Amino acid sequence: MSLKHIITPFSAWVRAFTKPYTVPEAKTMRPGAPRYRGWHINDTDRCVGCGTCADICQNEAIDMVRVDEPVNGDAGLRPRVDYGRCCWCALCVDVCPSASLGMSNEYVWVDGDADVFRYTPGVDEKPWDESALGWRKDEGFHLFDPDRVPMPHLDPLERVKTWAEVVIGYAEEEARREAARCVQCGLCIAACPARMHIPDYIAAIRDGDDAEAVRIIYDNNPMPEMCGKVCTRNCEKVCSIGVKGEAIAIRWLKRYATERFDDLKSVIDVTRSDVGKGHTVAIVGGGPSGFTAAYYLALRGFSVTIYDELPRLGGATFFGIPKYRFPLPSLDKQVQLLEDAGVRIITDHRVEAEEFARLREECLAVFVGTGLMKPYRLGAHGEELDGVIFALEFLRDYHIDRPVEVGEKVVVVGGGNVAIDASRLARRLGADVTISYRRREVDMPADEEEIEDARAEGVEIFTQSIPLRVETREGGGLTYVWGPAEMLPAEEPGKRPRPQLIEGVEHRLDVDRVIVAIGQGPDLSWMGDETAHAVGDKRGWISTDEFGATAVDGVFAGGDLVNPVADAISAIADGLRVVEGIVKRAKAKQK
Amino acid sequence: MSNDYDVTKETHLWFGPQHPGVTGNMSVELWLKGDTIQRGITHVGYLHRGFEKLMERRTFIQSFPIVCRICVPEPDTNEYLLAKGLEQLGGIYDDVPEKARWIRTLTLEMARLAATLMVLGGQVGSMGLGPVPQWMMTLRDYVLDSFEELSGHRIYHMYIVYGGVRRDLPEGFEGRLEKTLQTIEERLPWIDRLMFENDVFRKRAIGIGYVPPEWVDEMSLSGPIVRAMGIPRDVRKDYPYEVYPELDFDVITEEGSDMFARARVRRREIAQSINLIRQMLADMPKDGPFCLKLPSLMHWRIPKGQTYVRAEASRGEFGYFVVTDGTDKVRRVNVRGPSYVHGVSLLERMLPGTNISDLSSLMVSLQTCPPEIER
Repeated sequence: MSLKHIITPFSAWVRAFTKPYTVPEAKTMRPGAPRYRGWHINDTDRCVGCGTCADICQNEAIDMVRVDEPVNGDAGLRPRVDYGRCCWCALCVDVCPSASLGMSNEYVWVDGDADVFRYTPGVDEKPWDESALGWRKDEGFHLFDPDRVPMPHLDPLERVKTWAEVVIGYAEEEARREAARCVQCGLCIAACPARMHIPDYIAAIRDGDDAEAVRIIYDNNPMPEMCGKVCTRNCEKVCSIGVKGEAIAIRWLKRYATERFDDLKSVIDVTRSDVGKGHTVAIVGGGPSGFTAAYYLALRGFSVTIYDELPRLGGATFFGIPKYRFPLPSLDKQVQLLEDAGVRIITDHRVEAEEFARLREECLAVFVGTGLMKPYRLGAHGEELDGVIFALEFLRDYHIDRPVEVGEKVVVVGGGNVAIDASRLARRLGADVTISYRRREVDMPADEEEIEDARAEGVEIFTQSIPLRVETREGGGLTYVWGPAEMLPAEEPGKRPRPQLIEGVEHRLDVDRVIVAIGQGPDLSWMGDETAHAVGDKRGWISTDEFGATAVDGVFAGGDLVNPVADAISAIADGLRVVEGIVKRAKAKQK
Repeated sequence: MSNDYDVTKETHLWFGPQHPGVTGNMSVELWLKGDTIQRGITHVGYLHRGFEKLMERRTFIQSFPIVCRICVPEPDTNEYLLAKGLEQLGGIYDDVPEKARWIRTLTLEMARLAATLMVLGGQVGSMGLGPVPQWMMTLRDYVLDSFEELSGHRIYHMYIVYGGVRRDLPEGFEGRLEKTLQTIEERLPWIDRLMFENDVFRKRAIGIGYVPPEWVDEMSLSGPIVRAMGIPRDVRKDYPYEVYPELDFDVITEEGSDMFARARVRRREIAQSINLIRQMLADMPKDGPFCLKLPSLMHWRIPKGQTYVRAEASRGEFGYFVVTDGTDKVRRVNVRGPSYVHGVSLLERMLPGTNISDLSSLMVSLQTCPPEIER
């Protein structure tokens, strides 16, 4: 024992005269650090209700509660956080695909009622709702990659010389990587007209089970390779990851899965059930709606015959879509499985009024899915001239090996997918192509990606140009005369702005061909006038009930004839509805 | 005549689980003669939440907020080891960005500093000296302020994640951390005066709680307990990880293997941690990514495999034995914490002959941490 060691500790009394570290009460507390993980906040306008926060929460502290009606791309749900369970790990914030969820830097919340510590941020008002500080999603840390795996394309200058597929497709590793990005929220299912099980097949691809993915896909889509290549992909437009980053390449993943198998029968079980045994169904038109109805009716045991006037099934997906987007082997593969499922296929056969009447007699149901085959006319002077052709006919003739002639310079009038397809086809036939469209580029109904591809391939686009007339040119060829337009506001809200011709200005373009692609309408004349009027309205459009039944007993319809959306996946959805309708009819007959 | 003061009579006594002298929620069942412990049994389980089992039911990313709870005073070691183990098995450990390695090491050293401050305060606190633990908790809180700024929380940082760390250093963080380090340094001489130059502490620490060196390998002891025997054993030097090889430091050892020597080791390690943090703040790369970009941490699948990873915590060697089976969840995680060895096996072995009044300070000196025993 030393004196020093007894005395030294008392020196601590000196510190009694220094300022204390501690704060006297909670009121003088400093605010939380700028990235403190405090009570949640949510930008509800930005939130799409995908539920990924609830998924990742390991404490199950987050429930998704209904606060609004669901709309396309917004489930109408918002996260409600239970602070009896929350551990403030902020994984919910870091995973939030829309970056709407955050945390305030608020430390303290005192309340005598234990039940209040559960609220829906952004919906139930809290003092910290406007807090600018607190934990937020950071650009440098991601729980999933916000960027899409790039899809390799053929070089634009090379590809116009060939018919090879422009899109090369994902390799296995790329597909797995892309599929892994999916957060499995399922917003896409509601957006898909056919309600495909998108998260499920993406999960299967992610886990390396491509066969299972194809089986899941075939549950409600018998033309997945077509959809995987050319679908309008409503699903990707609502993808929750697309809110902040790039949407999952759902279409390319479907394409990847189906392309893995040359023989689909090795993966898909086409055993027929007994539901429709003994019933026959005739399907007129082999497009996506008829194709779908035929496949699923066959699997349910119906004996199905499908008629098409062209040499191949597929309808517009066969003759309308150029083969650099959807090659024939891909189509044939799908048709092969249809045959394997026991469907009788009769091609190169146009059903006329008499046969249609007979089919109605003999069959339990007849399905009409003949699509829109009557192109709209330009309504401009000179459109009857030689060298003015319809895009639909141009595409069809090319695909059924009839000779087509485009010359050196072509103008395509219109701004839809058909116009783009026709121009890219003409480009591959060696022509210089100009598109003339009366509205602005943003108003073009064609797929954005397609427009970009066309432009990359050297197609020129004139927007706000209204066709005035077509004239013959001395020494052969035509002159396409157009006038510029200004845009007027839409007449009704929700409609597109109207183009208004600026009088007195004329532009002239010397061309060899004018290809008209301003839309197409229905034509039911083949079934005889009387029946046509009973089935459809006077312009040929058909209205049906929710199961695709028309006003005429035993006649069902679907596809573009019925559905103004007029894309393949909507037609497939129509086909699925009709299957339900026909199965119901069969069951009613058996009773 | 027999009464409670009869030293020949054996008294049966429960020490804890609700006792201020026990480090955390555990209890020691004692048999005493007079105030000398004859034998004792440790009882744990009051804090059992089954972390290891929970992880088997959660995806990798969901397991990440759990592990910090295995050690309250020093959660970062757990976060780091789980991340490293899974990164190794998932084949991405080598791709972790350079900056992330520096920040990881920085947080590990900050956590060692905060935990050592607390245990050193507890050491004299358990003997009844008030000011030092109060200062130490204050100083620790300053380190926790830095943690709050860095990771968003004071205690459960949830900061070191697979692929790197969750956020970059905040703007001006280095300066504020340096200020904290200076505050701590300024206080260290006072701690010397009140602790190491205090006869009460010296009398109750020198020669008390002796651990014989032959037990080191027999019981796989580690950390300050071993270094207080003069054995330079430190995972940071023996199995260097992250950026420790690039830092300049020596393993701190003391002679004596008693409570006093262990306290000396910890006191010097505070200064060492401060020094290491300064080195890192100076040498750390300023730019670059702080986390690896993976396709998805939500659906991460790790091939079949097993690994053992270790790091030096303030208490000694922390190890994670991780087994994966190709799914998105771990097959098994076994946490090797120093407290199990020190607080259960070693403590029971040291109890016979110990005076009951030394028991609390002995438990602090062995740095027992019950949540880590009961993972």
